[in-house]
Amino acid sequence: MLEAISRFREKHGEILVLFTILAVTVLAIAVATGGGFLSIKFLRSMAFQLPMLGLLALAQMGPMLTGGIDLSVISTANLSGIVAALILTSMTGVPAIIVAVLGALLTALGAGVLNGFIIAIIGVSPIIATLGMMIFLRGVALVVTRGSIISGFPESFLYLGEGTLAGIPLPLIIFIGMVAVFATIIAKTPYGLSAYMIGSNETATKFSGVNTTWVKFRTYLTSAFIAGITSFIMITRYNTAQAGTGFSFLLLTVLICVLGGISPEGGVGKVTGLILAIVILQVISSGFNLMGLSSHLASAIWGVILIFALFLNKLIFLEERGNA
Amino acid sequence: MDEGVFLEATNVSKHYGGVTALEDVDMGINRGEVHCLVGENGSGKSTLVKIITGVVRPESGARIEIEEEIYSSLKPIQSYEKGIQVVHQDLSMFPNLTIAENIGIGQYIEHGRLFVNWSDIKNRARKAFEQLDVEFALQTRLGDLSLADQQLVAICRALASDAKLLIMDEPTASLTQEEVHRLFEIIRGLKENGVTTLFISHRLEEVLEIGDRITVLRNGRKVDTLNKDEATKDDISYLMTGEEIEHEYNLEGYEENETLFKVENLTDGEHYKKVSFEVARGEVKGIIGPLGSGQTNLALSLFGLNSPEEGKIILDGEEVHLDSISKAMNLGIGYVPEDRLTQGVVLEQPTDNNLILTSLEQFTSSSTGLLKEDRQTEFVEEAVEEFDIKIGDPEDPAISLSGGNQQKVVVAKWVSIEPKLLIMNRPTHGIDIAAKGNIYDLISELAAKGMGIILISDEVDEVIENSHNTMVMKEGQIVDKIKSEELSSEELYNELTSSEVDIK
Amino acid sequence: MISKELLKRTEFYLLIVIVIISTVLTIITDQFLTFSNWFDLLRNNSFLGILALGELVVLISGGIDVSFTATATVAQYAMGIIISRYVGNLFLAFLIPGVIGIGLGSINALIIFFTGVPAVVVTIATLNVFNGLLQFTTGGKWIYNLPASFKNFAQIKIVEIPQPDGWPVGLSILVLFWVGAIILTWLILNRSTIGRKLYAMGGNDEAARRAGFSIFRLMLFAYCYMGFLAGIASVVQAQQNQVIQPNAIVGRELDVLAATVIGGASVFGGKGSVLGTVLGVLLLAIVRNGLILLGVSSYWHKVATGLIILVAVVVMALQRKFRSEAAA
Repeated sequence: MLEAISRFREKHGEILVLFTILAVTVLAIAVATGGGFLSIKFLRSMAFQLPMLGLLALAQMGPMLTGGIDLSVISTANLSGIVAALILTSMTGVPAIIVAVLGALLTALGAGVLNGFIIAIIGVSPIIATLGMMIFLRGVALVVTRGSIISGFPESFLYLGEGTLAGIPLPLIIFIGMVAVFATIIAKTPYGLSAYMIGSNETATKFSGVNTTWVKFRTYLTSAFIAGITSFIMITRYNTAQAGTGFSFLLLTVLICVLGGISPEGGVGKVTGLILAIVILQVISSGFNLMGLSSHLASAIWGVILIFALFLNKLIFLEERGNA
Repeated sequence: MDEGVFLEATNVSKHYGGVTALEDVDMGINRGEVHCLVGENGSGKSTLVKIITGVVRPESGARIEIEEEIYSSLKPIQSYEKGIQVVHQDLSMFPNLTIAENIGIGQYIEHGRLFVNWSDIKNRARKAFEQLDVEFALQTRLGDLSLADQQLVAICRALASDAKLLIMDEPTASLTQEEVHRLFEIIRGLKENGVTTLFISHRLEEVLEIGDRITVLRNGRKVDTLNKDEATKDDISYLMTGEEIEHEYNLEGYEENETLFKVENLTDGEHYKKVSFEVARGEVKGIIGPLGSGQTNLALSLFGLNSPEEGKIILDGEEVHLDSISKAMNLGIGYVPEDRLTQGVVLEQPTDNNLILTSLEQFTSSSTGLLKEDRQTEFVEEAVEEFDIKIGDPEDPAISLSGGNQQKVVVAKWVSIEPKLLIMNRPTHGIDIAAKGNIYDLISELAAKGMGIILISDEVDEVIENSHNTMVMKEGQIVDKIKSEELSSEELYNELTSSEVDIK
Repeated sequence: MISKELLKRTEFYLLIVIVIISTVLTIITDQFLTFSNWFDLLRNNSFLGILALGELVVLISGGIDVSFTATATVAQYAMGIIISRYVGNLFLAFLIPGVIGIGLGSINALIIFFTGVPAVVVTIATLNVFNGLLQFTTGGKWIYNLPASFKNFAQIKIVEIPQPDGWPVGLSILVLFWVGAIILTWLILNRSTIGRKLYAMGGNDEAARRAGFSIFRLMLFAYCYMGFLAGIASVVQAQQNQVIQPNAIVGRELDVLAATVIGGASVFGGKGSVLGTVLGVLLLAIVRNGLILLGVSSYWHKVATGLIILVAVVVMALQRKFRSEAAA
């Protein structure tokens, strides 16, 4: 029995830490808001807000699993959103929406192909390649919009970000759908298995006959695709598209992944952890919002929690090594 | 040369948790001798070195006397001040710095030094060059040198810090035969200048050639210290393992006419040239040669990683062009790499996933694209059984397995694709005797099933006992082809160590 | 005579690219090669140039820091409050940010050392903490009422060149801080034992440990030095703008990283030089300047910067690939 418990802790230690943090956070916020936190209205607003950052973090997860990073996720989502917005404001009717969706996704995939080419085929280190790509895409977004704000999207399109299906916010449904697909790919397909393997030891994976170049390429492509999907939620949520939207989220996506147990060195991490980390973040930021506290304080607290979790994981890890 | 004891260690023990790394070891090193330390992996060699260099504290009760001074444990700085210097197996040098700076780096930890004295650093380097009678360009980046030259620079660094006892940890592990000779000359030269050497190696031929005395460790205990004259290779390996190595070799015969694989005049323009040989079904072809003779590059070419410039590769009567690993794999070629830790297994990942890594398609449902977990479980259970892999939970990371079992995982994952030809590059490197026996049994079993096997090794007996035919490779060329059963260890060893390369 | 060593150096290629771009700009625009343009260019890039030198030291040590923009903001704001409300002392204006920078840098080093988590993650976290707390406590308010001594200082010119049309153009004293940081960083990296140990640690940290270096002290030095330069840069930035805005600096951390990487520093550690970093900053500055002089809309600046980074890193990666293939 004891052995079973220690075995569970060994395998899911990080998830336990996250659950504890989540429980403490929810409790603290519930007490501080005097229960207002648990109202339907509030939960609904959280459900509308969480998907955007959640999807962006999901886009970050794949590259990090392979031991890389994608600093261009936000710029990709941003540019895709702008392309969609430009199409929506220059065409009308249902075709406009279809063309806009296709245009945005193609833009995102284009960015993914470039990242994949530079990282997987040329062999540039991901942090530097995606840094360059981030600045470049941001520049393209500025050039395309000439720095202006695009607004006035058709109602039918706004439904994507504001509508509900059987009472559940559509963005949340999109998010859950994407998470389910991504989790399946990463945990149950040969590609996912290879991605974990590459994250731990690329050479040995290559020597086992896995096409590591293609796996890495696909990883950045997937990341860009998720960013493309996010772009619809992004522009409908703000009801505008503009160069530079959401850049403050970039480093947050990395933080969420790390807090969620995805090792920045690659090869370790599960979608479950990521979801818990996103919920913790959203509870804090929505709770602070409800209490009228600054969002900046929320982001500071968020950093503190991450550092705290890092220390905690380090302690657990040390203890395990001591036992071995 | 002054006689007498330089270092005398008595009652040295070290426990890590419940594991005993060293138990009550006594050992003396005389001034000016070349003292060899041998033992299998995990016998406590590196722990002993760490205690001598002050990196690890021994259990209380230890007594270490160095030049009349007595310590119960050493601090790194005390060891340093006594003139004890280590040339680590991985060299522990700085590839991004210049040769001069690597040698003179000791200057930076001198007490209270704030600024670099560049001319002093260069002088230290030049002085060390003189002592060793070598010459390098001071401003060259260390990383631009060959490994052997980097090792010489590492020795220079030790000398620049006034080494009296030079500890060399597996110094020949990645040297070519030529370079080993040069290293031995240098060790002899140092000996004449009164420098004592502690030489750690698992290659008994070398130990017998260079050592004055040989200390054998087994399971953390000292078994014996022998004089060079009274020791034979068999004695030492008996002392190391505690068992007569009596492995029963069951290599069966094969049909010589059934050619499976043929290489004609293969040349990669750099590492090997004009290599021609044939492998029949069920044949084990041994390739032996000093390290760095081009065997690994040849193996990689046959595995799709190092495209040859000229020559033909013929598999099953058809010429093939191997320009990627996946191509080689699909044609039925498997490769057990020489470096298990970096190329063989993914240590941090689950063992079961490691086992299916070469054959992911087999475990993928064609309709959904998902992995079939039940098939995987079934396969893993079979493999664990068939290859006798000692394992707890198959989902535990491969790092939790012993070296020998990790190697079995590597072999198992390649056998699972049912290759026609399996290339094994130093498959028993760094694993214990029992696991070696398992690997040897596997080789004969696979050959009996009709698989062609290329066995690359630098151990004479391994090749003779486990192959039908032996090819000797030197400086990128096949210099000899002999039936293994007609070979004796001595003959082959002499052929390997003779410096001439004449193609028979 | 071009030696083989020279051909291996990133700085050499950077210099060639800079010379070519400058020559082209000199031919097609009248203003590029003028004192007034260059004095402005140097003044406007001193802030970035100083930060890049700090990042260089951290990269050489094998780490990375993206929190320095928050460090600079905190240091600058604290300085602003003290000199505008309490003592308008110019010396304090430089001392306070320097000390705060060192303090925040040491927090980074402590967390990185004790958790063993990659520096990029830790500094992203501290970026959030430092910046979040500052924005929260200040409410984003600007500080305008800087003392006169602070304002006058920014007007000092170290060189003045008379112009035919009357008004002389001068080189701002702010550039001296960049020059000072260049000299100091060069001395540390090339002449001090700490600097050489940093290179060694970035090249092989295990070997550095075995050689008896204190890894913790070296890390502490690298991140504190970054913090110190962030503090100094923040004063230069405040001098330049004569107003302190809590949201002006954060967000530029990756621009600085980019300049350093273009200059040949490696995110894997042990590599990079002061000359390369200065050239990296100058290349980006000259291109931006050239685009402005050519009347290209400012929207294109980021595109150009992004392209330069991508081309530079692709070329460097290809060079490495061919060299390792030739060596293999």
